[in-house]
Amino acid sequence: MSRTLSEADSKAFLSEFNIPFATEVLVSTADEAVAAANAVGLPVAVKLCGEQISHKTERGLVRLGLSDSNSVHEAATALFAAAQPEDCATGVLVAPMISGARELIAGLSVDEQFGPTVLIGIGGILAEAIADVAVRLLPIAEVDAMDMLDQLQTQSLLDEFRGEPVVDRIAVGKVLLALSQIAAEHPEVLSIDLNPLIISDGQPIAVDALVEVQS
Amino acid sequence: MNQTVIPTDQLDASFSALFEPRGILVAGASTHPGKFGFVSLHNVIASGYAGKIFATNLEGVEVLGIQTLPSLEELPQGAADLIFVCTPKSANLDLLRAAASKGVRAAFLTSAGYGEAGDQGRADEAELVELCQELGILLVGPNGQGVVSTPAKLCAQIVAPYPPEGGIGIASQSGNFVSSFMNWSCATGVGVSRAVSAGNAAATSVGDFLQMYSHDPATRVGLAYVEGVTDGRRFFDQMKAVAQKIPLVVIKGGATAGGAQAAASHTGSLANDDRTFDGACRQAGVTRAATVEEAFEAAATFATQPLPRGNKVVVMTTAGGWGVVTADAITRDHDLELIELPADLREAIDAYLPPRWSGSNPVDLAGGETRDTIPKVLELVASHPQVDAVIYLGIGIQSNQARMLSEGPFADEADVERIIAYHQRQDARFAQAAHDVSLATGKPILTATELAVAFGDNAGPATVRSTGRLCYSSADRAVTALGHMWRHSRYRMMRDLPLIDGCPEAFLPTGNLLGGSVSSD
Repeated sequence: MSRTLSEADSKAFLSEFNIPFATEVLVSTADEAVAAANAVGLPVAVKLCGEQISHKTERGLVRLGLSDSNSVHEAATALFAAAQPEDCATGVLVAPMISGARELIAGLSVDEQFGPTVLIGIGGILAEAIADVAVRLLPIAEVDAMDMLDQLQTQSLLDEFRGEPVVDRIAVGKVLLALSQIAAEHPEVLSIDLNPLIISDGQPIAVDALVEVQS
Repeated sequence: MNQTVIPTDQLDASFSALFEPRGILVAGASTHPGKFGFVSLHNVIASGYAGKIFATNLEGVEVLGIQTLPSLEELPQGAADLIFVCTPKSANLDLLRAAASKGVRAAFLTSAGYGEAGDQGRADEAELVELCQELGILLVGPNGQGVVSTPAKLCAQIVAPYPPEGGIGIASQSGNFVSSFMNWSCATGVGVSRAVSAGNAAATSVGDFLQMYSHDPATRVGLAYVEGVTDGRRFFDQMKAVAQKIPLVVIKGGATAGGAQAAASHTGSLANDDRTFDGACRQAGVTRAATVEEAFEAAATFATQPLPRGNKVVVMTTAGGWGVVTADAITRDHDLELIELPADLREAIDAYLPPRWSGSNPVDLAGGETRDTIPKVLELVASHPQVDAVIYLGIGIQSNQARMLSEGPFADEADVERIIAYHQRQDARFAQAAHDVSLATGKPILTATELAVAFGDNAGPATVRSTGRLCYSSADRAVTALGHMWRHSRYRMMRDLPLIDGCPEAFLPTGNLLGGSVSSD
């Protein structure tokens, strides 16, 4: 049996291993959402947060690019209303919009034959359709992390791209090494999704995270 | 794939019993040329095995000039290290006990009806494994095709062929792949050291054989076919240990069968079986090939070319179109680089060619070559410090015309005879030059022409072959092989591992450039 940590808990856990996230605030009312939005800086994204919520995008539980208090209030109200009992919702997450044209996916999963593995790939909602990914068995060394990036077919996405600087490969590599360290220290972790891992000004920032653990 | 690990202290003894036996016993020899018991004995004799050959047959009749023994009682103590078993399953346990008592230490079982044949078969196989462990016999198979060891001139197989001697060590979960690889060996002349089909791999797996090969002085490159991998982690550890010592090429069956797991996470569904295997190979320094040809040619390239020290490639061609397409193939390869020709190299080549040559990479001689141009330009290109590898195209064209002349109605005319000999001499020189320049510079030079398969006796490809190298049947295949080589070099360089060449010492840099030989005929 396994259970999935809420997005907020997932991020709190992963932050301890220096996985880069934007500052986020978990709120329990629409008014708090507005206050939080002004604190972290508009525009923001708001997302329903709970232990049993996965595939948030498909269910419309993520609202992006909200640029004034009214739209934040409206979106937060709608998300609280959309929560189902089985979502075990703990609140609404308010996060600054991370801008970046490029999205990667990074994560950890356990293969039946090979045990724990780490993955990097082209991310976002088309990740599975594009399937440009590199997988390694854990643990990995820095040289493996760098080689994973070299293995991606869409190298042009890692170079300078639409006015944005080249991807900091070392910083992305550190995310992969952090995942390797997590697997070594926490064998109860069954899977981790960092999707998307947005490249903002060349730096990776995870804007969504899901941690699945053995229960 | 099986979990059994051979203890290291037994490895050497088991290895020599299987691959360098002092004597071999074929159990179940037959007078019927259609039976395994006939074919395997025939192949042992025909390959020129120098050790003692014994055979058993229930009636004790003579088979292929060998006086068979009706039972193992008559086998002299310690005379045979290896038993090759062609008897039906029911006879095998007693047979192995008797063999062990006579000093036999390795058994190859062709017999079917074991693990591949239902619950009873699996139980019998387990019993077989247990008995062999108890007897201290290395068990290979059952349901295997055979074992080949060219240093011992041993071909204990129920099928052909027997390949030329060389540095490639083959291990396969499927006997047919052993045959395929060895047929390619026969076709190309790039030889094999050891080959074995693991059959059901009841006690000894493909990974175990590869581990043996990595300690084997006769084996310089591993080549394996695998299907089901039941303990992926152990297989990975074995592959990694092997690939640190020798280049290892793997082809995996069922690559597309592995479906994504029904995973809650995107990562889990993206990390399917094939991508995980692919990543594991890359992480272990293993070269993964997609087809039989690609796998064999990658192994043959490791066995006959020095490892490139970088990814910068120059194409040298006598004709335009080939060069263009080869440049495209290099560009398509994720890891190789078609370099811009350095100015000093361009100027150096200018001195040997009329102005119509391409002046860029590909170096297209554009028909401007005279008698000595090709060896000289090859030498200039390969010697340049910014060049790591060369692909040479266009060999054998004149000898192909020479063949047509020699088969035509005017072959006897003196001028025709003279030009035939000249063309053949020239193509032989060019092939030899590619070999010599590679030796002198320590850089891979891959020669490609479809004449290697169209007319293998053409002086060009025939000479490439006589130098011990592979003549690629197309430039694309040469590029694919070179890409595999470079990725292995890079793997080693990035991890501060020494660059161990899979080719023999005789193929390593001499530092002697062509010098006087260019101008002599």
